[in-house]
Amino acid sequence: MKKWFVLTVVGADRPGIVAHLTAALYDGGCNLGEASMLRLGGNFTIMVMVQHQGTAHQLQQLVQPVAESLGLRVHVDVSQGGPHQHLEPDVIIRIAGADRTGIVARVTQLLASAGLNILNLESDVAGTVQQPLYIMHIEGQAVAGVAALESALQIIRRDGVDATLQRIDTVIG
Amino acid sequence: MAVRDILLYPNPQLKQVAQPVQHFDAALQAALTDLLDTMYACPGTVGIAAPQLAIDLRLVIVDASCARKPPDQPVHGRLVLVNPQIMEAHGEVLGREGCLSVPDYTGNVQRAEEITVVARDAEGDVQQYQFAGYEARIVQHELDHLDGILFLDRVVSRRTDLFPRKKYR
Repeated sequence: MKKWFVLTVVGADRPGIVAHLTAALYDGGCNLGEASMLRLGGNFTIMVMVQHQGTAHQLQQLVQPVAESLGLRVHVDVSQGGPHQHLEPDVIIRIAGADRTGIVARVTQLLASAGLNILNLESDVAGTVQQPLYIMHIEGQAVAGVAALESALQIIRRDGVDATLQRIDTVIG
Repeated sequence: MAVRDILLYPNPQLKQVAQPVQHFDAALQAALTDLLDTMYACPGTVGIAAPQLAIDLRLVIVDASCARKPPDQPVHGRLVLVNPQIMEAHGEVLGREGCLSVPDYTGNVQRAEEITVVARDAEGDVQQYQFAGYEARIVQHELDHLDGILFLDRVVSRRTDLFPRKKYR
């Protein structure tokens, strides 16, 4: 029976990485699940669920030749789950401010203790080299309710960081 | 009266333009009953369109009061919209949508904030409605089904939709 793995691939960005890598996986009999493929700084990063007949080591060996040819590093983990395990976020939190050390730890610790289960966090460093901005976008579940998160955001705002919360009311129709 | 199977994407029938309702007869009432039964059998569902049950008619039901969390604004409750048309649309707002025909997936979709809709009711009388916010989103989602459009056709990237990566002066 085919098992699910999480394949992580990182390296200097160049055109064709996704095409070459996924072709090698397809030719090796793999099935792909959910994936996040994005550029972080000058790196191209891939995290993808891969369903494969063999062991983690065999999957690593399958990908290694194409990864080496593109100058990419590969890591394989056995997946703890499979597809169809989505959790629906009920809040979006947006954080923005002058970049400073510790901003992610400060914000996420406060939100975690206020009952936020983070499902998706994306952040960017914008602005200029001289005046960098940190922009963070968090989707999650307000396990202890929205009011607790609002209180946490008030504390975050005292640090001079903009923090807004928006409820997600999903239309199902 | 029956809870019917919901067509699932990529069933090609979901991509067809539905036909206007011509007769307000027993067949239409039967279709309505099936739509209502099926919608209320799916907890948290706030709208359904006839094409989702393979009924080739321009007919939708919306009921914002069925939302898992009560909407912030007052809503109309259950409405039957036959041959609906959007006459006016104002504003744009991003919000999250899912669909009975696309299980286990939600995405962000840009919709008008406020709309004016003219439709016939179940008896064939012409009605005009104003919708805003969450309820306006439901109506636009359902009306898209009548034109063979799914929210999948309108989903914007979760990563890039809220913060423009670059500011152009």
